[in-house]
Amino acid sequence: MRTYSLFTIVVCMMLLLAGKSVNLDYGLGDTVSDFKLKNFDGKMVSLSDYKDSKGVILIFDCNTCPYSRGYNDRIISLHKNYAPKGFPVITINSNDGEQSPGDSFEEMVSKAKKKKYDFPYLLDETQRVGRAFGATNTPHVFVLRREGSAFVVAYIGAIDNNPRTDEGADKKYVEDAVNSLLTGKPVPIQKTKAVGCGIKWKDV
Amino acid sequence: MGLGGRKISSSFRSPDRGDIYTKDRLDMRKIIFSGLLFCSTLCFGQRAAIIKLADLQRLLGEKSDKIHIVNFWATWCAPCVQELPLFEKINSEGRPDVKVTLVSLDLDLDPDPEKVYRFISRKNLQSEVVLLDEPDPDSWIDKIEKRWSGELPATIFINQKTGKRIFVGKALQPGELEEHLEIIKSPK
Repeated sequence: MRTYSLFTIVVCMMLLLAGKSVNLDYGLGDTVSDFKLKNFDGKMVSLSDYKDSKGVILIFDCNTCPYSRGYNDRIISLHKNYAPKGFPVITINSNDGEQSPGDSFEEMVSKAKKKKYDFPYLLDETQRVGRAFGATNTPHVFVLRREGSAFVVAYIGAIDNNPRTDEGADKKYVEDAVNSLLTGKPVPIQKTKAVGCGIKWKDV
Repeated sequence: MGLGGRKISSSFRSPDRGDIYTKDRLDMRKIIFSGLLFCSTLCFGQRAAIIKLADLQRLLGEKSDKIHIVNFWATWCAPCVQELPLFEKINSEGRPDVKVTLVSLDLDLDPDPEKVYRFISRKNLQSEVVLLDEPDPDSWIDKIEKRWSGELPATIFINQKTGKRIFVGKALQPGELEEHLEIIKSPK
């Protein structure tokens, strides 16, 4: 009887731990693991390549989502404004290209070329990076600040509070977060939610 | 609740010119009115109401013996459009234990509801459709469902009697809807 209950407890604990390991999305203050993904220009890009920047504006994005299309110019401006200050943009497409053919690698290449991307647009083919970050919808932003060789999550959420127009937004979450990090102040709003296209996960 | 939708009668108010309405003119008016009414039913099927957060919260909290299936979708969202027939099917079965509400979030991107109205009539949607008109998503998503990050599609199953809620942040596969219904109906 004793062994039996001990066994039950052990199994329960294992299940609990297993459940946790599945759900290990990065939260605020977490150090993120390095990743290496293929860029639209065919080269591989790692987070560790950014060891000289102050941080990174990491955005889960795609071609097909109307929210992504609506925010595209705002994403390009973020890179233009903040890359010189030490916070370049990296975009990652985690959508399953089979479910969403418009988000295939070929389509990514043509979009990035058409919009003259001077920042990475990476393919997360295994969807491991998207899963690790707990990205849910596009565009989904993670502002990371660099501490030594580590990248730490400082903001999670939307770019701003108006998907229709840039001018209509009166809360610019990402700009506020990065500006605060640049001046050594605490990030005023660290987590936000926005309506968006759910990432197309492969069936598991 | 006031979910009746837009009034179509406003354009039929008598003009303020003090006209004397003869019988012929009244008949004419009747014919035109019923014609338009017929057309509007034919063209629109249903007039989905535009609602605010408070209306939606009320709708989600309504006392009922039924399981309330609330689906968040948009016309531009391909996986949402693909899964709509699942909700339409269960709604059409007229089950006494199920109520379906389809909450369109189209207005978040495009303030013009016409696209949604056209979609409803083209697909001849029979389930209740409402259009949520709320700016600033971060201010209201948590008030609807904490587990929801705002991704579409998303569905909530609500059992008011037990207070149990199931949240699904992706498109349902055939069969999953019934599975969730079974789970949420169980008293435990």
